[in-house]
Amino acid sequence: MGDSALLVETGDAAAAQELRRVLRELTLPGLRQLVPGATSLLIVVNPLLTDLDDLARRLPELRRTPAEALPPRQHEFGVRYDGADLDPAARMLGMDTAELVRRHTAPAYTVAFLGFAPGFPYLTGLDPLLRLPRRADPRLQVPAGSVALAGEFCGIYPMATPGGWHVLGRCEARLFDPGRSPPALLAPGDRVRFKARS
Amino acid sequence: MIEILRPGPLTTVQDLGRAGYSHLGVPEAGAADAFSLRIANRLVGNLDDAAALEMTGEGSSLRFETDGFVALTGGRLEATLDDAPVPMYQTLAVKAGTVLECGRITFGWRSYLAVAGGIRTAAVLGSVSTDTLAGLGGVPLAAGQHLETGAHAGAPAFYMRHPPYYPQATVLRVQAGPQQDWFSADARRLFATSAFRVLSRSDRTGARLEGPVLAHDRDMELPSMGVTMGAVQVPPSGQPIVLLANHGATGGYPLIANVISADIGAMAQLAPGAELRFSEVNRETALELLREQETRLDTSLLGADPALLAARALMVLAGQHTSLKQAAVADGVRRIRIRRGD
Repeated sequence: MGDSALLVETGDAAAAQELRRVLRELTLPGLRQLVPGATSLLIVVNPLLTDLDDLARRLPELRRTPAEALPPRQHEFGVRYDGADLDPAARMLGMDTAELVRRHTAPAYTVAFLGFAPGFPYLTGLDPLLRLPRRADPRLQVPAGSVALAGEFCGIYPMATPGGWHVLGRCEARLFDPGRSPPALLAPGDRVRFKARS
Repeated sequence: MIEILRPGPLTTVQDLGRAGYSHLGVPEAGAADAFSLRIANRLVGNLDDAAALEMTGEGSSLRFETDGFVALTGGRLEATLDDAPVPMYQTLAVKAGTVLECGRITFGWRSYLAVAGGIRTAAVLGSVSTDTLAGLGGVPLAAGQHLETGAHAGAPAFYMRHPPYYPQATVLRVQAGPQQDWFSADARRLFATSAFRVLSRSDRTGARLEGPVLAHDRDMELPSMGVTMGAVQVPPSGQPIVLLANHGATGGYPLIANVISADIGAMAQLAPGAELRFSEVNRETALELLREQETRLDTSLLGADPALLAARALMVLAGQHTSLKQAAVADGVRRIRIRRGD
């Protein structure tokens, strides 16, 4: 991608995470970012310090290198299911809100990658019956802690931002704190469960 | 210390941005025109990544509360120190109490003011940059605010030979984007041959362009991916957006092209209403142009005797103000005045 980055198609988020772990060990000169996406890893460097063509040639070998796998961390978030889109989403999905909540709290989600805003997790593992296209008309302000759906993903808004996802409810977790190390509560590969609370 | 008297429409503290946190969704932020920031820093003897002020559309007015050295770079503006006109692209000595007044920015959109020792504000994740998207690292400056400056050694005296100039109708060099094949041959031809205009809805996250509609060939959603500054993304409206320094870490729109690193500064200097075209180059050319730009940075900043800086000031300013009879430059010890005809 451009003269200072390489976009590597990895097929899925887990492979992007694994390649990221391998590349972190390499200490590439002028490395600026390693950004996993849904099916890719973006490697951003100072191109005058690292030759991207050379790196691209080494990728097949690097992708075969086993990365140190850490056991996934488990998180459970209590959610108050009273979001602005709970009723309309249930109607669009043709189920009542109780069933929507039951289906949403059933799976263990996996953090595929973070993006959109600092600490915002893209969670995979959503019940396929809960897939909805993004709202046609994004909200100007979605409250911090909002648990929301779009497409195959579930997400949690770490801070109040504009947003086009369907907000089901709110959790209290502090997902991003720049004064904390690491600043994001969730990391790719982490497992997340939601529990309904009143 | 510096007191902000009038911030201007959007003045923020910026350095070279937050590297290494995009995988957590943290935007890089940093100077939109990093080349101009680095020139300003070098002119006052700072390291390239010191924090400076980025002024947008119109410059600020501020009072220095301690003696020091400053430099102005980037989009052209007229500036005065205690009402005496001063040039951009050279070291300027200031005394405690001196007032710097900057005017509207012409030929460009963003100007930089570096101070010897750098601006000192609290760093967040390794950078003091004001992130206008995620709200990290401070907020745009307001009148009455005081900024701390760092300690500096010595009295720098530099000027830049042949400073950059930012025409408001320009060609940006691009490389083909990773999703170029998502666009019809027609859309790609329109992209390569048409003029686009910068819209006023542009900001530090991206320059929104208006031009012919670039239709996607495929009706499918692109999985979210990491994106870089200079990426030209095309949302369903078909009107491209060039990502600037404060872009989000990931994006989900197909990228038709990427502006080369050497032209990011020129991109950031396009004011709303400016006209641009795109011209494709290969990676070798892109890297060669980047190397040339680095060489220019290393070879065009020249040390000068304060008397020479005063002479340069007169020459530069005489071109701007025909009535100007003299220019004065202080080097921290002496004040040198040169009259027209000297």
